[in-house]
Amino acid sequence: MSDTATLTEAQRRGALTHPDVEAHGEVNRDILKMLSTPGKGWWALFGICIAGVGLFFTSWGVQIYKGIGVSGLTSPVGWGAYITTFVFWVGIAHSGTLISAILFLFRAPWRQSVYRAAEAMTVFAVMTAGLFPLIHVGRVWHAYWLIPYPNQRYLWPNFRSPLVWDVFAVTTYFTVSAVFFYLGMIPDVAAARDAATGLRKKLYSVVAMGWRGTDRQWHHFGKAYIFLAALATPLVLSVHSVVSWDFAVGIVPGWHATVFAPYFVAGAIFSGVAMVVTIVVPLRKIFGLEAYLTTKHFDALAKLVMLTSMIVFWAYLTEFFMAWYSGEPPERQMFWNRLFGHYWWATWIMLICNGMVPIMLWFKRVRHSIPAFFTITIFINIGMWFERYVIIVTSLSHEYEPFAWGVYRPSIIEMGILVGSFCWFGFWFLLFTRLLPPVAIAELKEVIPPKLRSKKSGGTSAEAAPAPAGD
Amino acid sequence: MANGILASFEYLDSICDAIEELRKAGHRDLTAYSSYPEHHLEHALGYGQSPVRVWTLVGGLTGTATGFAFTSWTSMDWPLITGGKPILSIPAYVVIAFELTILFGALSTVIGLFINSRLPNPVPPVVYDPEFSAGRYGLYVESNDMDAVRKILQKYEPEELREGAHA
Repeated sequence: MSDTATLTEAQRRGALTHPDVEAHGEVNRDILKMLSTPGKGWWALFGICIAGVGLFFTSWGVQIYKGIGVSGLTSPVGWGAYITTFVFWVGIAHSGTLISAILFLFRAPWRQSVYRAAEAMTVFAVMTAGLFPLIHVGRVWHAYWLIPYPNQRYLWPNFRSPLVWDVFAVTTYFTVSAVFFYLGMIPDVAAARDAATGLRKKLYSVVAMGWRGTDRQWHHFGKAYIFLAALATPLVLSVHSVVSWDFAVGIVPGWHATVFAPYFVAGAIFSGVAMVVTIVVPLRKIFGLEAYLTTKHFDALAKLVMLTSMIVFWAYLTEFFMAWYSGEPPERQMFWNRLFGHYWWATWIMLICNGMVPIMLWFKRVRHSIPAFFTITIFINIGMWFERYVIIVTSLSHEYEPFAWGVYRPSIIEMGILVGSFCWFGFWFLLFTRLLPPVAIAELKEVIPPKLRSKKSGGTSAEAAPAPAGD
Repeated sequence: MANGILASFEYLDSICDAIEELRKAGHRDLTAYSSYPEHHLEHALGYGQSPVRVWTLVGGLTGTATGFAFTSWTSMDWPLITGGKPILSIPAYVVIAFELTILFGALSTVIGLFINSRLPNPVPPVVYDPEFSAGRYGLYVESNDMDAVRKILQKYEPEELREGAHA
């Protein structure tokens, strides 16, 4: 066990024991029962999401039929709610990879309970985000021009453009996170297969691809998983950096800043962790997962929110400071305009939701109150959408020449697509909770001490460890 | 077709000790089943480094090379100056090369995993117990001397002993 050599057995196993769960078989029972007949709450949510998906595609259909003119996009603001929502969803995706890959490499033992849900969130959020450039380009039937393919005119994309980098970054991100998600799930689907009957058994058999949990399979699986985590870690940092360069490489006031890459990455993780909590709290309630998602988990997530909130707020202050310190009139004007101009309300929503509201998490009582934490995360979700709106819209509406200043207002179609995108995301996520094990079964078992004959009680002791020779 | 015997264990130390003794007695055809990655089992079975890491490295380097080669070739294919930048704008191409490193590296890791762990495996095994994905540990031993194996296994009080053969 070279990869865990620095941890003692007690640390590896016992860093987080679940007092209510003593045997490995119980994990299967508790998690797999989530896949049984859905309750009324699930159907109600699913119904809402189906309606929203209808709204989404109707709005998009209207735009395809009538043209991009039905959106509020016009000179000078050519990027509006679509790009805002694209950045928002890509950002949401990031914390899933943070929890599943980065915290895996750091061996944070509290991640096990939430990481599958977070990873699913990543995949579905990138799926949602990926639609927005297609919606935004207007003539979606030409979207394949983004992909480099041999054509008669020898035309290739301009690889010096951040927009082309973004195509590569987002498609790579989707592919790798989907593969990572699927791979991590194979052993758990095999467990579901062994417990299922009928059509479900057949489906799970196909998805599990004949996984039997042999030593050979686990051995290579463990290594492959570490390497995928090690590849996903720089990937997740690169994706939002590239997204930030969509802006920072341009010379628009308020965009052209070197702080953008780290600022965007921190913001992405901040918003994503908040979204994980927003999703996991109802999940825990609906499925009765109180034994697996304890105050400890929420406390750890809250601390991550506190940290990233501080980084993000620091980045806001840096931006304001640098605008003043640069001495550039357009930069200074831009930031004054953000705070007190036409979009002052959006800027203040951003500052209050992302910088002020999370301060409440400094109090342990707030961190340990799930309703309070849940409410705070809703504020953060709203604040982070407005952060991107402020960056994109205020800058474009107020560039260098005063005669080219203008005001952008999202149209009803853009609103429909924005609201619909949440339902599209929810639709996939709800299906996922019913069809695939939403909590990582195999990884939960790793933190539950194994049964030992030498401690026949069944072993809740953290020090429990077998001692085969050569260990 | 060799003969084999499948034992299922409730306790981790039992199966680990059984593996140790079987290996000492010269039995090498052992397959252990568990419902989660158990390092003690891998250790008892004496695993070394997984060759999957080579797949990751080679895949990643192929991605880097592809990224630089593709961007450079397409720029040279029609040398059109944009934004006053050189035709070969290497710093800009680093981003593409980086993303392809990750993409190729990840996909090749998965291929390496599939080849090494023999997945997908559509043939249902003859010896398997659904309990192995729940909480029990399984040990399948192939041998010509079944009595000796049975004797060793019984010493560690398995929950069940079953004869079977891998197809």
